[in-house]
Amino acid sequence: MSDTTSHAFLRHGPPADRIQRFTWIERIMHWYTAAVYIYAALSGLALFTPYLYWLAIVLGGGPAIRFWHPIVGIGFVVGIFWMHHAWAQDLKLNADDQKWLDNVKYYITNQDEKLPPQDKYDAGQKLYYWGMFGAAIVLLVTGPVMWFPELMPRSLHWVLPVVTFVHSAAALVTIGGAMVHIYMSISNIPGSLKAMTEGHVSRGWAMLHAPKWYARISAGEKRP
Amino acid sequence: MASKLLQIKAISGHAGTVPGANMSRDYDVCKLVDTTTCIGCKACEVACLEWNGYPFHPTTFDNTYQTMPDTAWNYWNLIRFDEHTASDGTFSWRMRKDQCMHCADPGCLASCPADGAIVQYANGIVDFNQEHCIGCQYCVTGCPFNIPKFNPSTKKVFKCTLCSDRVGAGLEPACIKACPTGCLHFGSKDDMKDLAERRTKQLREHTAHKNAGVYDPRGVDGTHVIYVLHDIGDPESYGGLPKNPAVDPFVRLWKGPLKWIGGFGIVFGALGIAFHYLRYGPKEAEIQGGGDNERHD
Repeated sequence: MSDTTSHAFLRHGPPADRIQRFTWIERIMHWYTAAVYIYAALSGLALFTPYLYWLAIVLGGGPAIRFWHPIVGIGFVVGIFWMHHAWAQDLKLNADDQKWLDNVKYYITNQDEKLPPQDKYDAGQKLYYWGMFGAAIVLLVTGPVMWFPELMPRSLHWVLPVVTFVHSAAALVTIGGAMVHIYMSISNIPGSLKAMTEGHVSRGWAMLHAPKWYARISAGEKRP
Repeated sequence: MASKLLQIKAISGHAGTVPGANMSRDYDVCKLVDTTTCIGCKACEVACLEWNGYPFHPTTFDNTYQTMPDTAWNYWNLIRFDEHTASDGTFSWRMRKDQCMHCADPGCLASCPADGAIVQYANGIVDFNQEHCIGCQYCVTGCPFNIPKFNPSTKKVFKCTLCSDRVGAGLEPACIKACPTGCLHFGSKDDMKDLAERRTKQLREHTAHKNAGVYDPRGVDGTHVIYVLHDIGDPESYGGLPKNPAVDPFVRLWKGPLKWIGGFGIVFGALGIAFHYLRYGPKEAEIQGGGDNERHD
């Protein structure tokens, strides 16, 4: 009864017609940072406006989020620094990016053929990254002051409102960026979510969204 | 059984006046601290601890008679002692009973994110409700008088309640009851303002304190604790009483425009994303000549 004409074997790595985009370490790094960011953002929103204070109840109560938000926030900054270590080289802005940004309206209106070809990351992704990186540094500087305001000497109490305002403003910048980032990953760029979950993209994806990167990969360059 | 909830008008067999008698029964209350008749005895500090059930603190000697450098989460009432040398070289103590000012426009309440953790009663008392406090200390950020203090073990913030539990039962605050010189008064805001103005007029006309005045700062819409000061031009010399206290403009920006910009930004951002999805949709990749379509993955 045995079938000797066909044979299944376990595939290692991406399918033959697909290209590895993120290593498993990069994917863990991304999802770790995403998880701690979402907790920090939601708990922060609960503390930001009474209309969202119900989020505090959802996340375990006001005292619980007050305890965990700063700790998880430090975890977010660690994730961002990890990303910086791994990705900053690929995320440097160049002249092509300026041209891309000048014509961003074509990107928004799905006329990508009018845009200069992009490398592994397009200028929008790069700006998102640098926005998150800059905001993370602002949040890191301002956060500990809000964590332990009781240690602030009386003569320096005037910085507390300034720091609180700046922390909130920086966090709102990250929330705006993350909303667009999540939309693009799950809907606007089909295949990009799979790039970050299973690690690979189709050739068509690479040709359309990262043609210069695709050319380098096709020419046999290992990574990136 | 006499009710504790009603204001007493007369008391049988009672030596002395009826607490709070002969005053108009306006609803908003006020504590008047006349620094010119304070002798620094600290009876109010002890009465505050006793009524609120806190143990006495170990004192910290810093070359003044002050009990400790600052108020604490379980020490809400502190006489601040400052040495003052007048222009003619004469020396005096400036002693000021420091406690929550019960601002009409409280910065702590404006800053607090926790539903119900801070309430302002119609009589002007600003009270912390530790049951709802989450320990974020935004009230510390919002207070122009450095009053709320954090208990690190319970992670709750505490401050003077103006004895809301006593006032609610028709009694005066514990500190008022303990004061032996009559430098502390309690009554309606109008009465206390009137008494304070008359006292400062007396000081200006009959003493060397030509610059005596009433401290009831407008920057926080007035306070429900007011001071008579020998020199209204220099409140800082009374243990750092701020000259023009107000809720910080950055607290206003944070709790005003930024809150609205953030809220509208999130809502309209989400609507914009929904519009983009419906108008433009996903960027599908298709290789010319067929074969590799992303939707086939």
